[in-house]
Amino acid sequence: MATQIEERPASELDSFRLEVREWLAENCPVELRNRPRGMDTSFWGGRNPVYPSEQHKLWFERMASRAWTVPTWPAEYGGGGLDAAQGRVLKQEMERIGAPDALSSLGIMMLGPALLKFGTEEQKLEHIPLIAQGKIRWAQGYSEPGAGSDLASLTTKGEDKGDHFLVNGQKIWTTYGHKADMIFTLVRTEPDAPKHLGISFLLIDMDQPGVNATPIRMISGNEHFAQTFFDDAVVSKANLVGEQGRGWDVAKYLLTFERSSMGQSLGGGAGSTMAEVAIDRLGREGLAREPGLRREVAETMMETWAMQIAGERMYDAGKAGVLSPFSPNVMKLLGTELAARRTRLAMSLGGFDELAVDGRDTYEWLQAPPNCVAGGSNEVQLNVLSKRALELPEHK
Amino acid sequence: MALVLTQDETMVVDSARGLFEREAPVTAFRALRDGGEPLAWDRSLYGKLAENGLVAPNVAEQDGGIGMGISAAGLVLEQSGHVLAASPLLSAAISATLIACAASNQQRADLLGPIVSGERVVAPALDEVARHDPALLETKAEKSGDGWTLTGSKTAVIDGFDADSYIVSAMADGAPALFLVEKGASGLVVDRFAAVDSRNYAKLALSGTPATRLGDSDASAAIAAGLDLGRALLAAELLGAADEAFTRTVSYLKERRQFDRVIGSFQALQHRAARMYSRLDIARGVVLKALRALDEGNDDATWLASLSKATMTRLARDVMMEAMQMHGGIGMTDDFDVGLFVKRAQSAGELLGDDHFHTERLAAGKWGL
Repeated sequence: MATQIEERPASELDSFRLEVREWLAENCPVELRNRPRGMDTSFWGGRNPVYPSEQHKLWFERMASRAWTVPTWPAEYGGGGLDAAQGRVLKQEMERIGAPDALSSLGIMMLGPALLKFGTEEQKLEHIPLIAQGKIRWAQGYSEPGAGSDLASLTTKGEDKGDHFLVNGQKIWTTYGHKADMIFTLVRTEPDAPKHLGISFLLIDMDQPGVNATPIRMISGNEHFAQTFFDDAVVSKANLVGEQGRGWDVAKYLLTFERSSMGQSLGGGAGSTMAEVAIDRLGREGLAREPGLRREVAETMMETWAMQIAGERMYDAGKAGVLSPFSPNVMKLLGTELAARRTRLAMSLGGFDELAVDGRDTYEWLQAPPNCVAGGSNEVQLNVLSKRALELPEHK
Repeated sequence: MALVLTQDETMVVDSARGLFEREAPVTAFRALRDGGEPLAWDRSLYGKLAENGLVAPNVAEQDGGIGMGISAAGLVLEQSGHVLAASPLLSAAISATLIACAASNQQRADLLGPIVSGERVVAPALDEVARHDPALLETKAEKSGDGWTLTGSKTAVIDGFDADSYIVSAMADGAPALFLVEKGASGLVVDRFAAVDSRNYAKLALSGTPATRLGDSDASAAIAAGLDLGRALLAAELLGAADEAFTRTVSYLKERRQFDRVIGSFQALQHRAARMYSRLDIARGVVLKALRALDEGNDDATWLASLSKATMTRLARDVMMEAMQMHGGIGMTDDFDVGLFVKRAQSAGELLGDDHFHTERLAAGKWGL
C-alpha cells in the first residue's frame, strides 16, 4: 500500500481533521451512525448492487466521490491519495460519530493491496478503480474440500492453453461466492512442480458458463460462504497476477491483510462495552451474586483493551517501519480466540433469552468460531510462529 | 506518543543492556546471593548505573535528573529483568516520585539529587499487610515540637534492608501523609526479610520514631502516583524477566535431544512456545502503553498501570511454569538459572498488587462492575 514517508506538520493535520469532521457531519446520514455492524447490513458493491437502504446508497456515493472508500490508495489508480496519518484521522473521525464503512469489500481488504504490490500496470489500471468505486464484487477462492489448513495441496487445475488457462476443480468457503462478480483464485498450473511452486494466482470472471457457486448454510443461519465449481472456465493470461507458478507468494501476502484485519476488528472494537452490557442486563447486585461471571467480564475487558493497544502499536510500528512480520499471525490467533470467548460470554449474560433464534448476540456468537478457522486456522498460525518467528525445526 | 521507542530511548536501552551484560550477568547475581553478605546488591554497579543516568531517569532536569520520563525508567527496569540485577532501581524511582509529588521545594532540592546520583538509597514504605492493600493505613503520625513522630509497622519495604532512609506513609490529622525517616532513628526497628528472590526487603516497626513530613498537605495523590509508577515499572521488569526465561527456553528446545531428535521439533512444544511468543508480543505493547500514559498524564494512566501489572504478573507466572516444565529436571536444580527467574517473577508479581488485586481494581474502579 502507498504510504508516504513525509510527515505533515501537526497544524496541517489539525486543519485536515476539522475539514473531515465537517464533511462527515454534513454527509454521513444520521440513520447509519452508531448502528450494530453485520455483514448483511453493509453495502458490498458489484455489477448488480443491492443497497440495504437509501441512506446506504447516499453514503456510498458521497464517499466514493472522494475515493474515501480506499482513502490511502494512490490517486493515480483511483484511490483517495491520503497519506497514512490522514488516513488515520479519517478513520478516527468516522469512529467518533459511529459512521460505518461505506463499502465492504474483499477487493479493498485483500485483493487491492496484493494487486498494488504484484499486479502489472495494466492490471492496476483496470481493477483498482473498479474496486474503489464498488463496481465489482470480489470473492476469494483459496480453500478446497481437500485443502484447508494444508492449502498448498490444492488440486484445482489451470491448464496452460497458450493465451489462456482452462480451469477445472472445486473451491469451498468462498466468501459470498454466490453473490460475487469475480474471484481471485489459486490454481495448480504446474502439476509436476513441488507443491508450493506449481500454483498460480488468477482473476476469474464468475459470469461465464463454466463457473457455478452454491451457498452453504452455517450454524449462525447465515449464507456468507459458498462452494464454487469450475468446469472448463476460460481465464485470459492477462488475468494472471505475479509470475506463473509463483501464486503462493501473492496468496501469502494477501493473507497478512486478512489476518491483521480479522484480529484487530474481532479482538478489540465492540468488546469495550462488555462491562456496560453486563451491568445493564444483570445489575451490580446480580453481578455481585455471581463473582465468577463478574470476574470473567473483567478479564474479557482487560484482554480486549490489550488487543486494542496491540492494534495501536501495530499501526505505530508500521508507520515507523519497524513492524514485526509476525504481528498479523499474533493478532489473528489471539484476536479471534478472544472474540469467540467474548461472544459466548455475552450469551451467558443474557441467560435464557439469549437462546432466541434471533437473539441479540446469537449471530455474533455463532460467527466467531468460523473466524478461528478462516484465514489460516489458528493452528496454522501457531505453526507459522513456531517455524518462522522462533525457528523451531521441522519434525522429521 | 507512539508505541515505538524514540532514538533517545533506544540509546537508554542499549546503554542499560550493555552495562548489565558486562557488569551484572546472572552469574553476578548468583555470586551475591551465595556470598553470605546480608546486602545482596552491588554498590559499584549501582554507581555505574547512576553515572550513566540510569537511576531514576524519570527525575526532572530541574530536580537534578535527566528528565527522560517514566518510559525510560521502565526500559531500564526491563533490561534489569533480563539479568536479575538486584540494584535498588525500583525503590529509587518510586521514592523520587513520592518526593517530587509531595515534598516542599527545599526538600526536593535536598533529596532528589542524591537519589539520582546513587549516593543515597531511599526505600518507600507504604504497605502494612501481607497482601497489598494501600487503602489500609494505620501507622499514626503525631506532632512533636517542630517535627513529627511515627508509630506503627510497615511490611514489603522494597530495598528496605540497609537503606539510608525511608519514605513512610502515615495518617496525620486524619489524612494520609508522607514522612522521611532516617536510618538509625530512635524507635525504628528494621527487620531484614529473607525472601525467595534474595533481594533486600525489610519490615519496619516504628514506635515514637522521629520523622520529617514531606510537604504539608494530603499526600493521597502523591501515594497514588508512586503506586502507579511502581506498578508500571514492575510490569516492565517482569516483561524483561519473562522474555529472558522464554528466550532461554526456546534455545533449550533447539539443543535438547530425545527420541533421536531435538525436542523443539515436537509440535506439542512448538505450539506452547508460539502461544507464549504471542502473549509476550501483546504484553510488550501494554507495558509500553502504561509507561507512555503515565508520562502523558493520560486520564486512563492509573488503570493502564493496573492492566500492565495484572497482564505481566499472570504472563510471567505462566512463562515461568512453561520454562521449568520444558527444561525438565535440570530446570528445577539450583545450579540452573531458570529457578532464579521463577523466584523473581513470583516476588515482582506480588509486590504492589498481583493480577487478582489489579483485576479487581479495574473491575470496581474503572468499569463499575
